[in-house]
Amino acid sequence: MRSDNQAPRAFGLSLAAFAVLVFLHFPIWLIALYAFTTEEASFTFPPPGLTLEWFGVLFQRSDFWNALGLSLVVALLSTAIAVILGTSTALAIYRSRFFGRDAIALMIILPIALPGIVTGIALRSALNLSGLNFSFWTIVIGHATFCVVTVYNNVVARLRRTNYSQIEASMDLGASITQTFRHVILPNIATALLAGAMLSFALSFDEVIVTTFTAGQQQTLPIWVYSQLQRPRDRPVTNVAALFVIATTFIPILLAYRFTRARTE
Amino acid sequence: MSAVGTLTPETARPSDGLLRRIGTVFYRRPVLALIALLLPTLLWIGVIYLGSLSALLVQSFFYLDGFSGRVIREFTLRTYGELLLQQNIDIFVRTIGMAAAVTFVSGLLAFPLAYYMARFASERMRALLYLGVMVPLWSSYLVRIYAWKLILAQEGIVVWLANLLGLQGALDWLLALPGIGGPSLSFSYIGVFVVFVYIWMPYMILPIHAALERVPRSVIEASADLGGRPGYTFRRVILPLAFPGVVAGSIFTFSLTLGDYIIPGVFGNSSYFIGQAVFVQQGTAGNIPLAAALTVVPVVVMGVYLLFARRLGAFDAI
Amino acid sequence: MNGVPAVRLAQVSRHFGAVKAVDAVSLDVADGEFFSMLGPSGSGKTTCLRLIAGFERPTTGQILLHGRDVSATPPYDRDVNTVFQDYALFPHMTVGENIAYGLMIRKVPKREREQRVGEMLTLVRLPDIEGRKPAQLSGGQRQRVALARALINRPSLLLLDEPLGALDLKLRQQMQVELKTIQKQVGITFIFVTHDQEEALTMSDRIAVFNLGRIEQVGTPADVYERPTTAFVAGFVGTSNMLAPSAARPIAGHDAPLSIRPEKIRIVDADAPIPPDCQGAVGVVRDVMYLGMYTRYLVTLDTDRTVDLAVVQQNLDTSSADVQRVKGQRVGLIWRRDDARILRTDLDRSGVP
Repeated sequence: MRSDNQAPRAFGLSLAAFAVLVFLHFPIWLIALYAFTTEEASFTFPPPGLTLEWFGVLFQRSDFWNALGLSLVVALLSTAIAVILGTSTALAIYRSRFFGRDAIALMIILPIALPGIVTGIALRSALNLSGLNFSFWTIVIGHATFCVVTVYNNVVARLRRTNYSQIEASMDLGASITQTFRHVILPNIATALLAGAMLSFALSFDEVIVTTFTAGQQQTLPIWVYSQLQRPRDRPVTNVAALFVIATTFIPILLAYRFTRARTE
Repeated sequence: MSAVGTLTPETARPSDGLLRRIGTVFYRRPVLALIALLLPTLLWIGVIYLGSLSALLVQSFFYLDGFSGRVIREFTLRTYGELLLQQNIDIFVRTIGMAAAVTFVSGLLAFPLAYYMARFASERMRALLYLGVMVPLWSSYLVRIYAWKLILAQEGIVVWLANLLGLQGALDWLLALPGIGGPSLSFSYIGVFVVFVYIWMPYMILPIHAALERVPRSVIEASADLGGRPGYTFRRVILPLAFPGVVAGSIFTFSLTLGDYIIPGVFGNSSYFIGQAVFVQQGTAGNIPLAAALTVVPVVVMGVYLLFARRLGAFDAI
Repeated sequence: MNGVPAVRLAQVSRHFGAVKAVDAVSLDVADGEFFSMLGPSGSGKTTCLRLIAGFERPTTGQILLHGRDVSATPPYDRDVNTVFQDYALFPHMTVGENIAYGLMIRKVPKREREQRVGEMLTLVRLPDIEGRKPAQLSGGQRQRVALARALINRPSLLLLDEPLGALDLKLRQQMQVELKTIQKQVGITFIFVTHDQEEALTMSDRIAVFNLGRIEQVGTPADVYERPTTAFVAGFVGTSNMLAPSAARPIAGHDAPLSIRPEKIRIVDADAPIPPDCQGAVGVVRDVMYLGMYTRYLVTLDTDRTVDLAVVQQNLDTSSADVQRVKGQRVGLIWRRDDARILRTDLDRSGVP
């Protein structure tokens, strides 16, 4: 689909389009820039000088490492749960046409479709009622709940594109259901499952709204950044941390994108 | 020829292991397999999530006794009645107004980029642009918000640019506007507005782009063939066909703005948006019923919005 | 039939809600037979095959393989292998791994697996492609890999679900011969599903003709072609002239519906006598179609103006000009009495009363 208009009009449009694109990206570049500023207490632009000292300062902050560690563990655990729940549901649903099928799909997507604040407060009040303490496990429960959908969507889409007669062929050749799963189904959904898992990881790692409702004293990395937002004196360190967070969430999503693209080509 | 010759049936059979026999049970009763696969998820999401949602809804029918500070568990509508208090109405108007403004401006800004991507860019360019729109989406939400704190600060890039261009006066005038102004860009409704527009922009771009991509070339050519000049074709043919995509994108921007409490908290002044009100009520005020009732409002608003959006064809455009 | 049948279906039905895909079918397939299940789409032949393979469970009835009741046995425990219509090769495995799959599941050692894969590839005449992936193969090659994958397990019964449907004509005809040869060579029972009656006639030892979930006739190709018992079989396997009872009465002297193959009818003079073991009729030639190898005539009967009999004759020593001369003439039609088959009406569902 090539250009369908004359040059002058196209120029105006291109300008507008790229302006919006720059608008989308420049805050991130700015963060990267500010991570190196020598200015300690404010956000002076342009930065008076460039330095790497803040990286050193950050890496000595134990609260940062604790938060990072917690976020990693929470993300891994939530992803593991989401993979199990998402895959089993996808396997159950993708072919059958039973009456509750759409309801289940809706139910899975709800935690992510409703505003974070609704999910957050709902979980919080339920946990209050149940008497459970807010802890690491309540964070995981919250995250796993809205991560299921990313795995489910990816796996279901792949399963629907998988040729079903393969599965019959496998059983016909003597493989039991578990053997068929291992040798035929799993290889077929592997990259989709991985993509879903990566997305789920990134989602959990980055999540802040529901987490503030379901955490006790713990700080995940986003919560740490959020609290830093209120503390002007730590700005440069926060900038470095911000840069760090971008890299960590960006990479899994890029990989997930690669995995799902590779299959469709 | 060959050992295939006369066949005796293969006698070596796979062992009758436990897994095999379980599999056979599922073969004979497929419903069991279905249940086994679905039960964990149903229990988890059904009990944990739907359960808490219903608990929340139930709580909205209780009320907080002002004197004792305790939640009285009797069915009453008085908490919903509190929603009609002026201060709460203000909150709703503020939030919905902001959501509408954000949606409108995002739509305006997103359209050129989406249009360019769909109809002007070459194949390679389009893939790159697509990636270019996705990348901010993938970067951490909080970090991108934090970036704006840097940008809008008094000593930050925007003020620096304004000074450079001699526009300090315009900036001061903007900040002095009643209602939407404030002490500085980073503590004003203008700031909140800009950040909202920025942060949800990809959600608006993608559906519009998808809708525009689907407009068949033949339709545009037909319009030109029948005498329509480019401007006319755009207004009467392309825009209406792209509209469902705009509506689809608006669902995201509207809904996400309605429920957000972080951005108004970081960039706004002391008057609340719905999200903040909910946060405060369930936290320090301990008024869960009111918090629950407040939560119901955006859900209802989105429900109505979705109904209209469906009519306008947005669901086919997602 | 001697000994235990390879397959016995005893009053097997498979219902999908209100739809009777297979309706009380009983069938015996002998050991070592090449048996075809022939019928149009939706006739139940594929469902029957799937019932034998184990992908469907019968609603009622029993399925016995070599005397053993397997109605509740899963497909992986049955001594049956299937060649699927879409071949169902595993895309993520090489050809060698595909073929060896059944052996791998049974934990046959690697050395033996490789050897047997090689044998199979030689059998289906596709040497040296173990390393390729299915996506790199042509349709015909995939079909043979699917066959090899099934045969390597030495099943006592091989099921083939319209395996030649996706191939072009020449390849199909070639594969028909090859399949028949392989079957003779390995000596196992083949059950072959097809909608192509020529294919069934060419390859089978016996054919079962399916219609609307039931078997209308079972027999050798000659049986089914020369002596069809129902109107459906007469019309589906080759073409036939159907005479309703009212039209049959003046000709045959009784009230049963008749089926007469067009090539069994001879055209003679209108007043030629009818030989003792024949039947005959008189009519006017309505249409003549010269088809190179043979000519097709449509003759309207005097006794019933609504009936046209189709007659086909080889053009042994006539030319197109000659045959056209017959058009509009009154002629006599003669056929052997045996060639007028009386059709059963109890199974008849094709509209002829």
